[in-house]
Amino acid sequence: MPLTLESSYPLIAICSLGVLLLLLEIVLKKPDPVSYSVTIAGLLAVGVCIFPGLLRGDGATPTGGAGLLFCEVFIAAALLTVVFSGEYLRRHDSERAAGQGAYNLLVVFAVAGMMLMALAGDLISLFLGLELMSICLYVLVGFLRKHVTGNEASLKYFLLGAFITGFILYGIALLYGSAGTLSIDAIVALVIAGDQTPVFWAGLALVLAGFAFKVGAFPFHMWIPDVYQGAPTPVTAFMATGAKAAAFSVLILMFSRRGGAEGLVFRDLISFLAAGSMIVGNLLAIVQQNVKRMLAYSSIAHAGYMLVGIASGNLNGSDGVTFYLVSYLFMNVGAFGVVSLVEEREEKNLTYEDYSGFSAKNPLLAGLLALFLFSLAGLPPFGGFFGKYFVFVAAIEADLTWLAILGVLSSLAGVYYYIRLVMVMYFRDGEAGRAEAVPRLVLAALGLAALINVQLGILPSSVISLIHRFH
Amino acid sequence: MHLPVPIEYYLALSAIMFITGVTGVLARRNAIVIFMSIELMLNSANLALVAFSTRMGNDAGQILVFFVMAVAAAEAAIGLAIVIALFRNRETVFVNDMNILKW
Amino acid sequence: MLEYYIPLGIMILFGIAFGIVMSKASEWFGPKNPTDVKQSTYESGMEPVKSARERVSVKYYMVAMLFIIFDIEVVFLYPWAVNFRKLGMFGFVEMFVFIAMLMVGYLYVWKKGALKWE
Repeated sequence: MPLTLESSYPLIAICSLGVLLLLLEIVLKKPDPVSYSVTIAGLLAVGVCIFPGLLRGDGATPTGGAGLLFCEVFIAAALLTVVFSGEYLRRHDSERAAGQGAYNLLVVFAVAGMMLMALAGDLISLFLGLELMSICLYVLVGFLRKHVTGNEASLKYFLLGAFITGFILYGIALLYGSAGTLSIDAIVALVIAGDQTPVFWAGLALVLAGFAFKVGAFPFHMWIPDVYQGAPTPVTAFMATGAKAAAFSVLILMFSRRGGAEGLVFRDLISFLAAGSMIVGNLLAIVQQNVKRMLAYSSIAHAGYMLVGIASGNLNGSDGVTFYLVSYLFMNVGAFGVVSLVEEREEKNLTYEDYSGFSAKNPLLAGLLALFLFSLAGLPPFGGFFGKYFVFVAAIEADLTWLAILGVLSSLAGVYYYIRLVMVMYFRDGEAGRAEAVPRLVLAALGLAALINVQLGILPSSVISLIHRFH
Repeated sequence: MHLPVPIEYYLALSAIMFITGVTGVLARRNAIVIFMSIELMLNSANLALVAFSTRMGNDAGQILVFFVMAVAAAEAAIGLAIVIALFRNRETVFVNDMNILKW
Repeated sequence: MLEYYIPLGIMILFGIAFGIVMSKASEWFGPKNPTDVKQSTYESGMEPVKSARERVSVKYYMVAMLFIIFDIEVVFLYPWAVNFRKLGMFGFVEMFVFIAMLMVGYLYVWKKGALKWE
């Protein structure tokens, strides 16, 4: 659906928040504390302001895209990230190389880019949103600019991301040349009709490769572990949830319905991406010693599970992916949130060993982390279970039973490394990391994320009914 | 609109530029040169967009080119900033030396 | 269609040939009488202070980066100016908002001290 001035109010709201933050930075002498509260309040306000539109199902697309629901996901991811970053930046950025204000600005503009992607009506907005998000993330990854690992992660992410942008843009050019339009609706209609020129399919394949890179799917996953490990932990959480959801919103928009003989080729391509990501992500996560890196590999595996839903190419598939993204947001941000509290300067306190005895020292945080890990492992009664259930059911419906079986088997492998961390926390003695003085706001955010996880596991219909409003 | 040069010529040039860019990214080891190759890829796509747009008499492609130019400028600024930050800490711009993060 | 390019080709060939002929001609026919002053680097009459093969201060990159960003925005002003009458008040307000946002960005850069040389 093309964006009009009236229907782009979520974008106008978030951009106004960004400009307001910029003005605060200009006017105030010490903007950091003000910026922190204004960002949190502003993001909440934007979330509330688009909620009526969410209930109306605004931003729906013929392929099962759930525009405003995705916008809420991005805002929630940004909110949690900003809440965690306050304490994190205080501890890790003592030289005050850059302020909290700049961090908030980048997060807010990244959200604007994500929303532009989810609501895009043509490939121009799509490209612009993608780049707005990516450019903000390149900076956020290297935000602690005295940290050598952060620098390196930032450069790697930047070079690979810009490289892939070239492919996406060339794909867009080929699509434009063969379809004669940049409107996403028109192009999707051609994809569903099938029987297009080879140039058209080549362009579509380039775009698919680009977004497979952005979600971190095999064989485009090489950047994920390095960048996720090197980035500040709240930024990692933001990338793993918000940026991934934004890229998936585009995959749902453009690839969740296909037609013709080439449509089957694309189904097999996406199934290959999904299968590879599930296997590679889970197997490599098992051998990791660093918890942040383990979560990075596991996020490759989760991208694989979600791609199963895209490969199915039916309504249940795209709904399943949307549900998965919502539940993944709360479990993954929660897990990274606890990790960011335990982590110490210069990459200390990040290995499995450092978590031994954590439950004795800090039972509340250990309990929350265990809950998030169970949910990530896909155990009932948590949200992660239903996310996997919906996408696998959709795959069976679409005659992709082998993919569903592979998914179940590889998620069993996944249970091992999540439970291993829980075992270390509860059944091994040791001097666990600090995380003594946890700010109340952070604790409240973690508790809320945990509650939503349980709620999604017990009453998945609450979110499913929201998703159905977009049909 | 009448093109004195057939569109295939533009597309061939654009493809050559794109492949040159990709080769540059894969073969060179200096971060700045890699980034210049990426810019070449973006410009090859721009050329294809403008050629298609003129051929079809549809302005959308040229509008996209404007935005790509603005985005490329922003990317260039960010890229330079990242390279400078890295150089201050590590005294190198060669991607072979980026080897702290690995398993 | 290549016949469109015959004049251009002649022009290019003529340009290259002219440059080579003129510089070679002055080399062959001109008197050679080098002195220290003539051999020195030509800097519009100024005395060259030091070697040009030197690193440039990183501050220069800062200015260059900001220049690229603000410079490229003019690209959006041009189509707006061409279609100014057709877009009318709506276009005027939109462009005003655009420039105002640029201005906010500029003030931010200023406040952060990115424009200070020292």
